[in-house]
Amino acid sequence: MSRQPHDEQALDADDAILAFDDVSMRYGRGPETLKDLTFSLEPGSFHFLTGASGAGKSSLLKLIYLAAKPSKGLMHLFGQDVSTVPPKQQPMLRRRIGVVFQEFRLLDHMSAFDNVALPLRIAGRKPDSYRQDVAELLAWVGLRSRMHAMPATLAGGEKQRLAIARAVVNRPDILLADEPTGNVDHEMGLRILRLFVELNRLGTTVLIATHDQDLVARSGKPVLHLEDGRLTQLGPIGGAS
Amino acid sequence: MSDFDPGRWKPAPFLPETDARDGSLIFVVATLCFLACLTALTVLATDRAARGWSDQLTGQATVIVRAKGSETPDSAAARAAEALSGLPGVGEVRALEKEKAEALIAPWLGDTADLDDLPVPRLVAVDLDPKAPATPQSLDKALKAQGLDAVVDDHSIWLKDIQRAAGIARWIGVGVFVLIAAAAGAVVAFATRAGLTARHEVVEVLHLAGAEDTFIARLFQMRFARMAALAGLFGAGGAAIMGAILRLMGGGQGLTPVLPIVWTDLLAVLPCPVAAGLVAAVAARLTAQSLIAKMT
Ligand SMILES: Nc1ncnc2c1ncn2[C@@H]1O[C@H](COP(=O)(O)OP(=O)(O)OP(=O)(O)O)[C@@H](O)[C@H]1O
Ligand SMILES: [Mg+2]
Repeated sequence: MSRQPHDEQALDADDAILAFDDVSMRYGRGPETLKDLTFSLEPGSFHFLTGASGAGKSSLLKLIYLAAKPSKGLMHLFGQDVSTVPPKQQPMLRRRIGVVFQEFRLLDHMSAFDNVALPLRIAGRKPDSYRQDVAELLAWVGLRSRMHAMPATLAGGEKQRLAIARAVVNRPDILLADEPTGNVDHEMGLRILRLFVELNRLGTTVLIATHDQDLVARSGKPVLHLEDGRLTQLGPIGGAS
Repeated sequence: MSDFDPGRWKPAPFLPETDARDGSLIFVVATLCFLACLTALTVLATDRAARGWSDQLTGQATVIVRAKGSETPDSAAARAAEALSGLPGVGEVRALEKEKAEALIAPWLGDTADLDDLPVPRLVAVDLDPKAPATPQSLDKALKAQGLDAVVDDHSIWLKDIQRAAGIARWIGVGVFVLIAAAAGAVVAFATRAGLTARHEVVEVLHLAGAEDTFIARLFQMRFARMAALAGLFGAGGAAIMGAILRLMGGGQGLTPVLPIVWTDLLAVLPCPVAAGLVAAVAARLTAQSLIAKMT
């Protein structure tokens, strides 16, 4: 059973870590990809984002990690209206968001270890303060023996786990994952889910876009469902009454 | 392989180290630097040549003496030389022999002319005190006082010509220099644009991981500055070798008086790598920043 009640859609923007108020989004001059979205995420919450291919899941995540701008509506992130955040402060917001991209976006010229260390280096941390953490995290996602491997030499599932390790290494306030179990077997899928639940317990707000209905059902977590760019459901999938 | 030791891990460079285009960029910038250094050497040598010539000319005047009445040209020339020697600001005075004067005009008259029948004017060479040269007016006055029909040529027409030519050469040199620097900047800007496009993925990941725009721009700035400095080293080295060859080929005096290079001129190529690095740094920085700013 979920802690999230169905009808608490309009959370106060001040309490929410993320709040959309009638947000739409389009690519260039194209049609609206996302339409009139209103929802909010409480700090420490855990949601799935479902919907058919092309429904707009990745686009919604792009808005949140500041790679796209709403064409309409208000979006609050960490209590700040993002349209008023000066460009100079955007990097600081981005550092509080961990993203597992659908297409991984690993840096091919760096080893697995370097890829995971990247967000920490960008945040200005000294190598000695994180070497051990990075090694442990890589071991935890099952890449203990591939730390020095180049991404091009990794299997799909290994890349996925590497991308996850990079997204969570900085202990982000929000973790966004786009199809994080798309390339792994059932067992690894559950393991990844456990990692997300663990991070969530430590305080990270989690939003996972997925097709994996089984994973959603198993987790018992609430669902945001997109249908052709519109939000149609907020609550546990097949939630009782 | 568990031979990976995190304790000995060293962070990898943020940008991929090498690029297929690096070689051609270095070649182009090195060539530009080579040309810029050659221009600098040429300007220095031309300047020196012009100064040498004008020093020679300033230190001398020529007096053209025509015999009047029954006086022989030889005697008129001798009297003129006497009148001038000992004047303040005048050094040695020499009346040139008849043959010398004839030799000077022979090319215009041809061998057939019987110069003996012509009243060929005589020349008197006057060395002037380089510190306080006598003015042409004072020479003129002294000659008139002796009732001589003489014209003083202080070479000022030639002097002006040489100085004007040297000035033009200098400005052309500066112009070529600026043009080359601009071309180098444009090449680097172009390369930065290509480099950013080729590494779009990397730039985007850094950006999304919270890297500041200036941080990313600095990566490109450093990379291209380093590459241009290296190219500058090649170009400057090539130009220095070229200069040394010209100097040696010209014998003890270099190619005097056409291109009198001296060994210290070669020091002029030293700032080239730094200058190339700076131009590249500015060009790469500006290009990268404007491109990154457009990435949302
Ligand atoms: N960069 C883009 N430019 C233009 N249109 C885009 C772009 N990215 C996505 N779209 C369009 O926006 C719509 C939503 O795409 P999006 O990638 O958000 O869907 P999705 O729900 O993530 O799909 P999937 O489950 O296949 O990943 C689609 O119609 C897609 O064609
Ligand atoms: Mg998608």
